[in-house]
Amino acid sequence: MLKVHRDICGYCGCCVSVCPEGALELIDAYLSVESNCTDCGICAKVCPVGALEAGHAK
Amino acid sequence: MQSKYDVLVIGGGPAGAIAAKTAVEKGLTACIVEKRPAIGAPVRCAEGIGREALMEFIDPNPCWISAEMTGAAIIAPDGTLMQLSSAQAGSKVGYVLDRKFFDRELVWRAAEAGADVAVKSRAAAPILENGVVKGAKIEHLGKVTKVTADITIAADGVESKFSKWCGVDTTVPVREIMSSAQYVMADIDIDPHSTVFYLGNEVAPEGYLWVFPKGERTANVGIGISGKKSGSGHRAINYLDAFVKKTFPNGKTIEHIVGGVSVCRPLDCTVADGLIIAGDAARVVDPLTGGGIYNAMYTGKLAAEVAADCIAKGDVSKKALMPYDKTWRASKMGKAIERNYNIKEYLIKQPDKKLNDIIHSVSKLDLKEFSTLTLIKELIKVNPKLVIELGALAASIR
Repeated sequence: MLKVHRDICGYCGCCVSVCPEGALELIDAYLSVESNCTDCGICAKVCPVGALEAGHAK
Repeated sequence: MQSKYDVLVIGGGPAGAIAAKTAVEKGLTACIVEKRPAIGAPVRCAEGIGREALMEFIDPNPCWISAEMTGAAIIAPDGTLMQLSSAQAGSKVGYVLDRKFFDRELVWRAAEAGADVAVKSRAAAPILENGVVKGAKIEHLGKVTKVTADITIAADGVESKFSKWCGVDTTVPVREIMSSAQYVMADIDIDPHSTVFYLGNEVAPEGYLWVFPKGERTANVGIGISGKKSGSGHRAINYLDAFVKKTFPNGKTIEHIVGGVSVCRPLDCTVADGLIIAGDAARVVDPLTGGGIYNAMYTGKLAAEVAADCIAKGDVSKKALMPYDKTWRASKMGKAIERNYNIKEYLIKQPDKKLNDIIHSVSKLDLKEFSTLTLIKELIKVNPKLVIELGALAASIR
């Protein structure tokens, strides 16, 4: 399951634009991760500040 | 907010604001829904815009202009500087805006023209009937309200979800998202009337770093790098910190901004039944410069004009809305996107040495028209070999 470090996240939406599953949504100052997230890690790669961590056991 | 409008606009940025204003001026009812509690904040932008581009929509106003630009500079990977200025010495070529106030001004104008505005109101889902978009479910303070509309304009930015929910694939390829970070810095030594662009693999891989002045000693200092080049320990923020430490060690950061900028080709199709997609959500950012304010305003206006025509004719099908898609693609903006996409694809493949060579070829250029096209033409003049390297692309630049 994707881990969002809320203390690092700048809620900018960069990750949302690249998510192939449409599993991320930026709700104002809060990044929501839906259950269809496949933990592929694309979002974690592009994050400008490193707020996302993929590869966690579900 | 009412339960029915002619046009429902998702997003209160420049695309949405101009779309709503244009719609009400055409005699339609319109409402802007903005998920954030305030229009214009937080800023996700380097805030630069060309003078002519801005003036096509609005006269410059000191309330939302941070600084006037008279030139630009490009810094090669090896540190060589190329100075760009207007052929008319000292004339203004562009502005660095204060987006918090600029966006607000555009929404004020839409509101004063008669549009409704709802903030902290999120489009949580489209209303779909037999595949036709008929408005959206709007969430505000935990309550969901159905708002129907003949046409919905999705102007929901780089983090757009609305079109995806309606079946349009808006996913940006990893290599074509500019992973970006920016500091508003104070107390730094800059040329207050020139934007500066730093190129090179060490500084900003497959992107660039910018210093856009916002006053005598203050500027947006930011960077965009390809998502492909981003990863743990080498993210946009790491490159920015390294640059700032070296270049502005005594500067003070008064704002910390992150974001994503798409530099892909626009969506294959920017309309669907009952839906028009505008601005960053349509991926119409200039792929070479990353600039999107003008393109957002242009597509926002066009979206509302086409919406008005289609509503008058009683047909809001994808086919009826296609003139929107066709018109912007054939426009000066559409052609510039296609051309600049190809130039970007060429430039990102060049090693630092090549970029150094190009910039060494000329230290100062006076441009008749202050545009990327004129710049590229001038560079080709002094680097005739570029014509061969650009191949088929060169024809589109002549």
